[in-house]
Amino acid sequence: MQNTWPFINGAYGVTTIFLVAAAWLTFARYRRALARLRQAETQ
Amino acid sequence: MNENVLSRAVPAKTSGWLHYFANPGRFLRFVQPILPWTAGVSLILTVAGLVWGYEFAPADWQQGDAARIMYVHVPAAWVAMSGYAMLAVCSLFSIVWRHPLADIAAEEIGPVGAGFTFVCLVSGSLWGKPMWGAYWVWDARLTSVLVLFFLYLGHIALIRAFDNKTHGYRAAAILALAGAINLPIIVYSVQWWNTLHQGNTISISGGAKIYMTMLYPLLISTLGFYLSFLTMVCARVAAAVCERKTASALLAAAERG
Repeated sequence: MQNTWPFINGAYGVTTIFLVAAAWLTFARYRRALARLRQAETQ
Repeated sequence: MNENVLSRAVPAKTSGWLHYFANPGRFLRFVQPILPWTAGVSLILTVAGLVWGYEFAPADWQQGDAARIMYVHVPAAWVAMSGYAMLAVCSLFSIVWRHPLADIAAEEIGPVGAGFTFVCLVSGSLWGKPMWGAYWVWDARLTSVLVLFFLYLGHIALIRAFDNKTHGYRAAAILALAGAINLPIIVYSVQWWNTLHQGNTISISGGAKIYMTMLYPLLISTLGFYLSFLTMVCARVAAAVCERKTASALLAAAERG
């Protein structure tokens, strides 16, 4: 059987990059939205 | 001017927990305290499942180490399909009961679900090359999942295609409901047609056809992916509700002068 590790590493790499990026973007948007709401409510 | 979705009233006679949480403010109060916990648990489960599958699970007797791709591919596929089912349910709630939160939830499920579908397609493609000798074949299972990806993209685009966002929500909800017919096609494609893609390894009625040493990491990875998906969607919905509240507060402040 041919060496499958490049494919395995590729699949895990793509998944990890997606999960980390999606979680980071979501967290950043959530925190920004909360901060803006607090700021707007105090005005 | 776009209609403020928070100002639309929920029918007074409706009841049940789904209707109870359809109130954006109530949803926010419920979700905000539990988000850090779900985020933490989803991180632990996802890392545990992936590390177990990549490093410690046994290799398959036929496919060798390539079967380790299963621990990312299968959970991503299940989440992609469940996400679309959630999208269809939200669309039904949007069309039938006009719940304000259903439109927001459908809008926020779309990009996350599309991401998981993309991961499913890419990891499946990387699994196909060493096993079948090709990254892609126009097999019924692969093609129906590609259609699912396009349905997600179409839903995302349709919501943003109208100046009046309410029209976008209606059109996207109809697309999501019509596209739900693709879900049973994905599930049963390996039975209805001769496919290169293998049959279902795990089913609710037929149990599991793999050893426990492979099943446990798969289930943990699946739980982690599901919880990650739900956490991301809830956080995005909460952020969207906050953004709309901010817009309303700023508008009210501007009107006061």
